[in-house]
Amino acid sequence: MVPIAINNVTLEYDTPAGKVTGVKDVSFDIGASEFVCIVGPSGCGKSTLLNVIAGFLAPAAGDIRIAGKVVTGHGMDRGVVFQDFAQLFPWRTALGNVSFGLEMKGVAKEERDKIAREQLRLVKLEKFVDAFPHHLSGGMQQRVAIARALAYNPSVLLMDEPFAALDAMTRDDMQTLLADVWRETRKTVIYVTHNVAEAVYLADRVIVMSAHPGTVQADIRIDLPRPRDPLSVEFLDRQKQLMRHLGHKVSGNGAAH
Amino acid sequence: MSDQSKGRRSLWRAAVVLIIAACCYEAAARSGYFAPALMPKLSAVAQTFVVMLLDGTMIEHSVSTLYRVLFGFFLAVLVGLPIGILMARFRPVESFFLPLVSALMPIPSFALVPLFMLWFGIGNLTTILIVFYAATFPMMFNTWSGVRSVNPLWLRAAGAMGADENALFWKVIIPGASPFIITGLRQAFLRAWIAVVGAEMIAASDWGLGWVIFDAKEFLNTDVMLAALVVIGGIGFVFEKLVFGSLEKRTVQRWGMSRVAKG
Repeated sequence: MVPIAINNVTLEYDTPAGKVTGVKDVSFDIGASEFVCIVGPSGCGKSTLLNVIAGFLAPAAGDIRIAGKVVTGHGMDRGVVFQDFAQLFPWRTALGNVSFGLEMKGVAKEERDKIAREQLRLVKLEKFVDAFPHHLSGGMQQRVAIARALAYNPSVLLMDEPFAALDAMTRDDMQTLLADVWRETRKTVIYVTHNVAEAVYLADRVIVMSAHPGTVQADIRIDLPRPRDPLSVEFLDRQKQLMRHLGHKVSGNGAAH
Repeated sequence: MSDQSKGRRSLWRAAVVLIIAACCYEAAARSGYFAPALMPKLSAVAQTFVVMLLDGTMIEHSVSTLYRVLFGFFLAVLVGLPIGILMARFRPVESFFLPLVSALMPIPSFALVPLFMLWFGIGNLTTILIVFYAATFPMMFNTWSGVRSVNPLWLRAAGAMGADENALFWKVIIPGASPFIITGLRQAFLRAWIAVVGAEMIAASDWGLGWVIFDAKEFLNTDVMLAALVVIGGIGFVFEKLVFGSLEKRTVQRWGMSRVAKG
């Protein structure tokens, strides 16, 4: 819903061997309501970059602007979904988890219950409002986490490999669900993954990063019509194109030649 | 199996064990090897128990002991809980209190009774302070561990959702640390209960379950001693199972934050 500008962001972290550059001079813009996936090998700093956008880490150089405003810490204009299922509060029901952000905003109980129920309906968990997280499967817990991040209506949704710990079948369902949720809410989404098929399925644009130090290697637009068919020739071509950028050997002649 | 039938079964099992233990005791008492004055039959103990219950003395002793233990226990929670939290949140507080906890926790509270008697005299003040001493450190130590064990991801998620320091504390850190805090309450009460009976034996006068046992020794009233022991065990059981057990069931077990042993 709002554009994001990432300007020359460099990030360093301290190790026993001295300062290491995790992300180096990364710049790209994200349009309003755009779904951007960041892919890259482990160690390319994609999660780190997401943490900078979320405001958990401060960049060593450069800045990030959301709707023109420089990011200095976490804020309610962004919702965050992590990979770990343990991100939910075990002492709160699904409804309690989803209404947490609204509670922080000072929304009255009745109103926040109504909104939270609505969000849980969006992720198809309306039957589990009163369930505690330990009674939910991994996929359901991640759906609660998505509902929770959307509930207080941030304009940007940041997702750090949210489905990486799920089994393949659940992951496919979750991707379809997320694509639906995105179509309905039109949030700006930044989604970190190492799964190429996932990126092609979800993204309007894929930012390919390379490692040591993390830099942007390619910026690829995925202009396939939605909903996408993961078995179509075009889909597989995009996958091959991405794989090539990631340095994999790919047989056949795809769209990138 | 439902929770209820599981609960009934474990209660039934406990009852069987207790009955077997009572039978063994009764057999020894009736064997004739021991003087009845030293080892009274259970019927005699039961009779003394009923008499003491009816004339109000057993109630009075129990109330005195409960007053001391609860006073000391609440004082310990009031001090141990906040200090434990501060220890986990602020390094200087931790480095000040941690050596103190390590040094003082292993000293049996009973060993301090004579000293406290000289300082504070005989009566409630000394016994309450002994209880306080016994209960504070487990409370502090467990709270400290609990706050340290709070998942950083919860703090991150809460921060991203706009939680300020106040909300983080009450809505994330306290419930997140609750499994340890409840263990702390439990251990603190257990130690308090052991301490109060010991302290009363030498530092109380006229009333208290510990005092009545020690006093009965002078008159060879073993039936009184055993009746008081039954009450001590009973009250301890009620607190352990009913108070802390149900607190645990309604919170951390319901939230899946502590697993019950299977079997």
